[in-house]
Amino acid sequence: MSEALKVEDLSVHYDTREGALQALRDVSITVPEGGIVGVVGESGCGKSTLINALLQLLPENATIPAGRITLQGEDVTRAGTRRLRQMRGQEISVVFQDPMTSLNPVLSIGRQMRDIQYRQQGSRAAKDSRSAAMLGRVGIPDPVGKLAAYPHELSGGMRQRVAIAMAALMRPRVLIADEPTTALDATLEVQIIELLKELQQEIGCAILFISHHLGVIAELCDRVVVMYAGVAVEEGPVADVFLRPGHPYTIKLIECDPGKLKEKVTDLPSIPGSLPDLTDPPAGCIFRPRCDRATEICATPPPRKGLNGAHWAACHHAKVDKA
Amino acid sequence: MSAFRHTLMGRLLADPLAVFAMAIIALLVVSALLADVIAPHDPSAMNLADRFASPSATYWMGTDNLGRDTFSRLLQGGRIALYVALTAVSIAGLIGLILGMLAGFGPRWLDNALLFFFDTLRAYPTIILALALAALMPRGLGTVIIVVVITSFAEYGRVVRTQTLSLKNAEFILAERAMGASFARIVFHHILPNVLGPFFILAAMNLPVVITIEAGMSFLGIGVPPGTPSWGATLKDGFDYIRTTPWILLSGGLPLILATLGFTFLGEALRDQLDPRLRKTR
Ligand SMILES: Nc1ncnc2c1ncn2[C@@H]1O[C@H](COP(=O)(O)OP(=O)(O)O)[C@@H](O)[C@H]1O
Ligand code: SF4
Ligand SMILES: [Mg+2]
Repeated sequence: MSEALKVEDLSVHYDTREGALQALRDVSITVPEGGIVGVVGESGCGKSTLINALLQLLPENATIPAGRITLQGEDVTRAGTRRLRQMRGQEISVVFQDPMTSLNPVLSIGRQMRDIQYRQQGSRAAKDSRSAAMLGRVGIPDPVGKLAAYPHELSGGMRQRVAIAMAALMRPRVLIADEPTTALDATLEVQIIELLKELQQEIGCAILFISHHLGVIAELCDRVVVMYAGVAVEEGPVADVFLRPGHPYTIKLIECDPGKLKEKVTDLPSIPGSLPDLTDPPAGCIFRPRCDRATEICATPPPRKGLNGAHWAACHHAKVDKA
Repeated sequence: MSAFRHTLMGRLLADPLAVFAMAIIALLVVSALLADVIAPHDPSAMNLADRFASPSATYWMGTDNLGRDTFSRLLQGGRIALYVALTAVSIAGLIGLILGMLAGFGPRWLDNALLFFFDTLRAYPTIILALALAALMPRGLGTVIIVVVITSFAEYGRVVRTQTLSLKNAEFILAERAMGASFARIVFHHILPNVLGPFFILAAMNLPVVITIEAGMSFLGIGVPPGTPSWGATLKDGFDYIRTTPWILLSGGLPLILATLGFTFLGEALRDQLDPRLRKTR
């Protein structure tokens, strides 16, 4: 299987008054063609930074000191502005977290959906009927009538369906979903997940699914990457990572509340301590200040220890799976 | 019919305040356009025998110190007032709109430079700036318009900048960029429709202010050339003869009050109707 999206040893720094803030450090993520990969991590671990880097829409104060991002084999960090604009939308598109703010409040749904088809051929009517068909596809009742509606006239769940319809209308090769269900209640969340799965089958795109809800990741994804303070600390098939976690951070996440995997929670379980200062991260293992298994050796950078097949954890003390 | 109900005009017509406002504005506009036809007398004709005449069937609002018909003069003055207001507000608004969007969406240094510029201009009281410019430029409507433009575009710029800035980091703008939209596309398709609402409200609210500035400058003798009919000039005459013939002042104030009410109410109605979030659901 070839890769739809490949992130290799990506680092992103933000220029701040306190110095360079290391928002991402040597992050590698591979999303195979047609695969669904999850990224999980608490707020501030660099999820938005990762998405913005993939889209090359980082804020002005960001730099990429190292790393490569390849989309369908093409390095986006080297693409020119024009090529980037082409890639955005056509090859990669995004569903954002908050459907309240990800739609333009003063334009009708129909106008916004017609607008994003500006690259396509066809009359206004043809574009509108394509929009309506997609709205119907994502489960919005009376799709033709809804074209005239404004975002505030729809419920949160409906708005998120519209956002998904817009992303799907572009038929991207890679769809990024940035916590698309965080603002929704549990029933809606299940429906949106189902919808994403179906669309992924139909369009044949790959999905990079960002969430801090472990249960949703377990439900939807094939593989998961666990992020902590800008570092990928563990990665593997969903079942392996959740059932036999290797990194103390992942273990904490799952242990803290075993119900997490089933119940709908808006936040990751809280672990004692706080995120390290990213302008001056601890030497060696990034999790050391909060880790109760830390020993002297943890002051040196931990290797990625292979646990079982494609499952690894970046920890000196991770144990190889017996199973 | 049902399509019309959802247009801006359709919604305004369903709002009693807006209807009232538009009726007043229509009255002012029509009377200004048809001033020559409606006016019972030549606004410049002096009739020294009928100086300071009280309101009557011949002179509906009486005459002034030179025996000119006040009602006819106010009709002509309305032309000047509306002409100055619409021209000045359009020019100032357009400049403010462009600079405001540039400041809000452009790089940080440009924003800082433009903000400094806006604040410097806004720091001068209008009337002082008007007096200073009037001393430098020939007396006339052109000067009035320039004074208004210079003193007011910064306000539009400020409002548009604030709106643009709050949109710049809005998720839907990021979403648009993530879909590959160009700079121009984002500014014209997404920022502009969002700032137009507050912009038109401000413009409507500013029209009577501009009319008052024209009247004020004419009152001070730095507006229209002497002898030209103007609401401000009529007020000035009324003020000079307030003890003997108070109706000149009263008549001169009436159109100013109507214009202020009309445009202010329209501004408020627009505020309710232009923001789809404030709109009542259909
Ligand atoms: N523009 C910026 N300038 C400086 N620091 C930033 C900027 N954006 C994000 N950060 C910092 O980078 C880290 C990662 O942020 P972010 O990617 O938003 O995390 P997440 O989306 O996982 O919550 C945080 O410590 C945050 O404070
Ligand atoms: S390397 Fe050491 S400090 Fe880091 S997670 Fe493993 S045990 Fe904890
Ligand atoms: Mg975030």
